[in-house]
Parts: sequence; C-alpha cells; structure tokens
Amino acid sequence: MRLTKLFFMFVVLLTPMLVSATPNIEQWQTQQGTQVYFVNAPELPMVDIQIAFDAGSARDGSRSGIALFANSMLEEGAGELNVEQITSGFDDLGARFSSSSATDMATLSLRSLTQKDLLKPALELFSTVVGKATFPKAAVERVREQMQVSLESQKQKPGSIGSKVFYASLYGKHPYAGPSGGTKESIKGITREALRHFYRQYYVSSNAMVVIVGAIDRQQAERIAEEVTRHLPKGSKPPKLPVPVESAAKEQRIEHDSSQTHILLGQLGYRRGDRDKFALYLGNYILGGGGFVSRLTEEIREKRGLSYSVYSYFNPMRELGTFVLGLQTKNAKADESLKVMRETLSHFLKEGPTEKELIAAKKNITGGFPLKIDSNSDLMGYVLVIGFYNFPLDYLKTFNDKINAITLADIRDAFKRRVDPAKMHLVMVGGKAS
Amino acid sequence: MQFRPFIALFVVVSVVVSGGCASQIGLSGNTQSSNVEKRDVVETTLANGLKVIVKPDHRAPVVVSQIWYKVGSSYEHAGITGASHVLEHMMFKGTQKHGSGEFSRIIAEHGGRENAFTGRDYTAYFQQLEVSRLPISFELEADRMRNLTLPKAEFLKEVQVVMEERRMRTEDSPSALTYEQFMATAFQASAYHNPVIGWMNDLENLTVDDLAKWYRLWYAPNNATLVVVGDVDPQAVIAMAKQYFGAIKPSEMRIQKPRVEPPQRGERRIKVAVPAKLPVVIMGYKTPVLHTVDKPWKAYALEMLAHVLDGGDSSRLSRDLIRGKEIAASVGAGYDLIAKNSSLFTLEGVPTNGDGLDKIEKALRQQITTVKSTLVSSDELKRVKAQVTAAKVYERDSIFYQAMQIGQLETVGIDWHEGEKYVEEISKVTPEQIRSVAREFLTDDRLTVARLTPQKKQRGVQNETN
Repeated sequence: MRLTKLFFMFVVLLTPMLVSATPNIEQWQTQQGTQVYFVNAPELPMVDIQIAFDAGSARDGSRSGIALFANSMLEEGAGELNVEQITSGFDDLGARFSSSSATDMATLSLRSLTQKDLLKPALELFSTVVGKATFPKAAVERVREQMQVSLESQKQKPGSIGSKVFYASLYGKHPYAGPSGGTKESIKGITREALRHFYRQYYVSSNAMVVIVGAIDRQQAERIAEEVTRHLPKGSKPPKLPVPVESAAKEQRIEHDSSQTHILLGQLGYRRGDRDKFALYLGNYILGGGGFVSRLTEEIREKRGLSYSVYSYFNPMRELGTFVLGLQTKNAKADESLKVMRETLSHFLKEGPTEKELIAAKKNITGGFPLKIDSNSDLMGYVLVIGFYNFPLDYLKTFNDKINAITLADIRDAFKRRVDPAKMHLVMVGGKAS
Repeated sequence: MQFRPFIALFVVVSVVVSGGCASQIGLSGNTQSSNVEKRDVVETTLANGLKVIVKPDHRAPVVVSQIWYKVGSSYEHAGITGASHVLEHMMFKGTQKHGSGEFSRIIAEHGGRENAFTGRDYTAYFQQLEVSRLPISFELEADRMRNLTLPKAEFLKEVQVVMEERRMRTEDSPSALTYEQFMATAFQASAYHNPVIGWMNDLENLTVDDLAKWYRLWYAPNNATLVVVGDVDPQAVIAMAKQYFGAIKPSEMRIQKPRVEPPQRGERRIKVAVPAKLPVVIMGYKTPVLHTVDKPWKAYALEMLAHVLDGGDSSRLSRDLIRGKEIAASVGAGYDLIAKNSSLFTLEGVPTNGDGLDKIEKALRQQITTVKSTLVSSDELKRVKAQVTAAKVYERDSIFYQAMQIGQLETVGIDWHEGEKYVEEISKVTPEQIRSVAREFLTDDRLTVARLTPQKKQRGVQNETN
C-alpha cells in the first residue's frame, strides 16, 4: 500500500527530470554524404565510434554467409598493415576494435580513451581497417576454417539448430531466411574475389552511417567522422529488400541427442518504424517480454515448473521481422509445455491484457526509462537504431509519451491484426519423450 | 529476453542487464582520477554487522543496489550441492509480508530490473532503479533477509525449474559437461570440486527443509555486504540502510572449515565422452589466488601472465595458435585472481580439425615452457598496462559492474580498496616475476587435463533421471 502511494508521488516528480536527462542527439552529413549521429557524453574520458553499413546477411545473395565472412576479414589486413600490426596497434593503445554482422546491419566499432596521443593513432588505424581492407589470401583460408568450426559448434546446440530451421521455414526464399553463418558448402565456395567484391560494393560511404558517443565536442566529432570514413569510396546504396511474404504454417520436429526439447513458435512480426510498434511492444511485455512478471513465465515456469526460460518477443527489422515464442524443457514435458504455451497465447489474443496489467507494464517501461540510456554503450545502441532506421531524432524524448498513449483497445486490435496462431511455424528440437 | 534468476557457473558470469561494458572481469584499478573516487566512496558497518559501501556516480539518475551474502557452492557439503543456488531461486517465492512473486512484481512496477546470481563463494541479489526508488529495493531486500516463508509447494516446482536450468546449461552443453568433470577432477578435498548448480542427483533429493536450514545459517546482516552505486548521496544511503536493515538481529556465524586441497601428486588426465561435434581440451594448473597467496606480487604476476597469453587479439595464444600455427579455432587462458580458495590457471582450446587435440595441447604446453625459459618482452608488458589502464576507464561506463567489483572482493574476503590498486599492482610486475611464478606454479604435478572426445552415438552412461 505504502509503496503504491510512493510511486505516484515519484511519477509527478520525475516527469520534468526525465526530459532534461534525455540526451541531445546531433546529426549532420560528412562531405561525402555519410550520415553522422553524435551525442556528447563528457563524464568519462573515452569515446565510442561505430560505423554501420547496410551489409548484413540480408545482402548475402546466393553466397550464404558472405556478409559475416567479409565482416570478419577486415582486421586481417588493411593498407600496408598485416594482422599482427593491426591487432597490436589497437592493443598497444588500449583501444578496442570490434566487428559484427547481423541480418540488416554490419558494424565496425572502436572504443578509445580521448587522450590525444592515444586517440589520434587509434583513429588512423581504424579508418585504414574500415576503408582499406586487403583480404590476405592466407587469412581468407584461416577465417574460412574458423567459420566451418563455428558451424560445427552450432550443430551441437539444440537452440541454434532450432533457430536456423525456424528462420528458413518462416522466410522461405527471402534474404532474411539466412543462415547468417552460411552453410558448409556455401562457405567452401566463397572466393577471395567474391569477398573483395562484397566489401567494395557495400562498405561504401553512401551505404554507411556513423555514430559517435563520448567526451569530445562537436568540432572534434566532425573531424572524427570525416577521418574514419575517408578511405571509403562513394559507391551507392543497395536496392531495397523485397517484402517478406507469409508462407504456409509448418510444423517441424527435429531429433537431437539432448535431454531437453527446444520449442520455437512464431510468425512474421513488424517492421522498424511500424505504426503498431508501441502497441505490440507493450502487449508483448505483458505476454512474454516482462521477465518474471509475464503471462508465459507465470503459466510455464511459476505455476508448472516446466522451463527455466520462457519468453516471447518481436524482433523488428528493416522489412518484416519476427514474432517468436520460445522455451526449453525436458523431452518428456515438450508436448505439455507446447500446449500451455499455445493456450496462453490464444487466451491473450482472445481476452487481451487486463487494465491492471497494462498499468503495470506502462509503469515498468516508462519508469525504467532512465536505465535504458544510463551508459555510453546503451546510448550508442539506441542512437544506432535511430540512425540506421531513420527514426525521428526526438525518439527517446517522446518514447514515454508514446507508450503512455497506448490503450487496451490498441493492444487488442494490433494483436488481432498482426498475430495469428494459425499462421505460426513450429520448430521442436530434442530427444524422444521416453 | 533475460534468463532470471541466473547462475554464475564459475568465477563470475555477469549478465548483460545494463548493457554496460563488462567485458573484462578483473579487479578494478586506478587512474589519475582514482583518488577522487576513493575519497567519494563511503563505507560503514551497521551495529548488526551489515557492511554498507556506497559509491556515488552522478552520470545518470539511476542506482544499482546489490546485496552479497557470503554463501555459495564452496560452502556446501556432499549431498546438498546446489542448495545455495536453489535457495537463491526461492528468495523470489515470498515472505510473510509479500507473497510469492510479489518482489519481482513490485520492482517491475517501479521500472526496475532485478535478478540474482550464485557463484562458488557468494550469492548476490540486485535491483537497478531510477534513483528515487532505492527505498523500495531496501525495504524488500531487508524483508527477505529474514522472513522467507519457503512454501513447500513452491519449492517442488522451483527445483524442477532449476533442473531444467541444469539441463540447459550443463547436460546439453558438451563443453560445460567437460568443464564440470574437469573441476571435479582437479579438486578433490576443496569445495571447488562441486558445480555451482549442483549435481543432478543432489537436486533430485534436495528438500525444502535443507533450504530452511541453509537460509537460517547464512542469511544474516553480519554475513552480508550491501553495495550501492549511482546518483546518490552516500550519507543519505547509509541512513536509509540503517532505517531498513538496522533492526535485523545478527546471527552467530559458524566457522567455515578450510577444506584445503592437499598437494597434487602428479598430472591428472580425463576423457569426457559425450555426443558432440567439436573436441575441446582444458588444462588447469593449481595456483593460489590473491586471498591465499603468500606474497601478493605472485598473484599479480599470474594475472599479468594471463593477459600476456590472452589479453586482446594481439596476445600470444591468438597470435601463435589461431594464426601462426593455425591449429586452433579458439583458444584461451584465464587466472582466478579473486576467489576465496586456491584455484586454477587455465588454458583451453578448440582445434581447427577433429584430430587436433594433441597438437593444441602440445602447443599450449610449449607456451608455458617458453615463459619459464624466456623473459616476457617489455613491449608486451607495456601493452598489457595500456590495456588495463584503458579498461579501468571503460568499466566505469557501467555502474552495475562497479558495484559488482566491490561486492565480489568484499565477499571473498579482500578489502575493496585492493581493487583500486589493480592497475598499479599489475604495472609493477616484472618479466622476472612472471618467469618465477611460471616456474613455481605451472608445473606438471599441479596439472589437470580434460579432453572432450565427441561421440557420434547416444550418450553412454547417463545418471540423470527425467
């Protein structure tokens, strides 16, 4: 009782504070036309720089895995430098370089102290790696071998097996079908020339964006953005991706020598920037997104002890993303768990959330807002999404208002239109029930 | 998607709850600004023995509160392994005042994130909140320090959840199974023999009475450290801690038996045969930790050696085994600087081809032979210093991580100030010292080697009963 009263008091006090605490995102273009997003974060003497390209596995084309392969090669040789010079170059400066490749996006990141004699050489090295990768022949073969080992390692994980089958089933021939790590055969067939070609086609300034968060001023940020993109050719933006088309629902049971069965159930979700996104996000918090307090956790874990982790989530992407429900349970309980999961979903779709659940969800999401942006790395993640998917710059400032505006009817309506158990693909990976 | 509550299987596996930068688990060190930090941190011990440490960090209007109990798998005896971790799960199942699940519901409604983790030497609970909500965390945490109801019906379900957790993390993960067997082989008398999550058969036979007893033994203000980091005034937080925790009576704590591992008499080797695709080799040399070592510089020299071998992409193992010889797909080295009992210096590798275990083991042993005979170069030491100095700044990006370092140190019995000296202590290590600790500790009669040899067929012996 006392707690509830406290809460309302805080909400009143909090609102103006939150607005002032929301970071100011500055935006401009480099001379070459690359979009730059910058947040000044003066507290710690460090800076994070990330370059994102529309060069994730969605751009694999007929060479499954090439996006990840190319992305993994950049540190292996650039300009006149070999891999030992590059890796010890970053390490000597206490700088951290990393690269990653997801479905829509491939990124290259640098974290460095702002101390001038450290930052300057780190930036120079980073811009060389970004724009002048050389794809040394021996390194191509070595990374190829590592990717093959990684594929083998995925084969011993029921979760990874399930997720590959699930995406393939859901997206059919669409580029989102993956797998982003390729297949044994596709990785074998990717030539050095193909990698270089991929790099020159997609790692270009017209297809890049830069995010900078750190203890530097606008002028420095402008210089850094120019510096890190300076070796990139202009190039052009890749064509728009096709729109994923719903395929007929399918059920697949894959036998695997494991004590648990992993279950994935889902369908196409929504696009980044979708008009239903706040209603779906909020509704999903109640269904299976809210950790301990979601309906799925309550039914599967708390009431029945069936699974350690049970969840649902929307994974929005440039084009239609996914909506997935998942859990893992001992083989003997797989059918029972699936049944409870389906019943929980259909009950949710039929009745929608309660007023009480909606209030609790809003309190969590809006009340926890300061936690979402309390570090440079968190901020970086948000600004990256805002920039890459062209969200309005005031996205963070208006986030809580958008959440608060959602009604029970909005959620019911959005779920009714967007979620349909009859269209869902089911993948189960595990052993026999015996 | 968060797994909650989760468990730290080994030294510490921190969850990425805040998305903060916690890539390097080590001690906290110091930079030019550390004197300011030191002055700002306020610590006190309440009359009932609860230690409170508050570190202000005003970057964002948020706070993290962690309570660390001195109990974990290394406190457990045969037959009840996993009890600390199951109890951690049960801490969310209600008190006389708040029913099962209420804790999480209240924290969630206040926009908070919360979870808990169990390690070998500690069990910790945390909440991350907008800063004005800190009293809510204190109220709930103080309540469940003493007033847990441990309903039997909830226990019977929750222990099933933990068995599912064990299946997911260990039974169905060939490398985790190998690791578990490796630890059980390396340690015989030491409590590090047992996995944090417990043996399956012990979980099957655990009772709610076992937990009630465990709870009474260890959950007391004089066996806990409260760490708060965030946009707070330390004095106000201490006053608040007194208000909520001050009235809790202390317990008489039992004295832990030391259970010191006897000297190892020669190299131990095991083979783990499970269905898998990839072979793995894990090697571990028995080493003291900072808490048990006769001279602290030895522990820092071992820590430095771990960095030289496996700190960044330019380090020796990546350079020589992944590149160079091209025999490893992945490779690693690690040293447990911060633990309650003596532990291990480990090396591990996954070969690039199926029959490459011999080659990898030989190459890893060669690395150790080299550091015993040839001094590490000053360039390498300079590089590690640059890395740890920068890492000290980077880790301040996460208040969660800052709290974690303080809590972990205090809970294994090391004053948190020691953490502030990390960079300094690491920087003092000389090439001769590295050679000396390598010669003293990285010897064959301290070594345990485990090899995972993948089986195509069904599992042979499986003790698990579903």
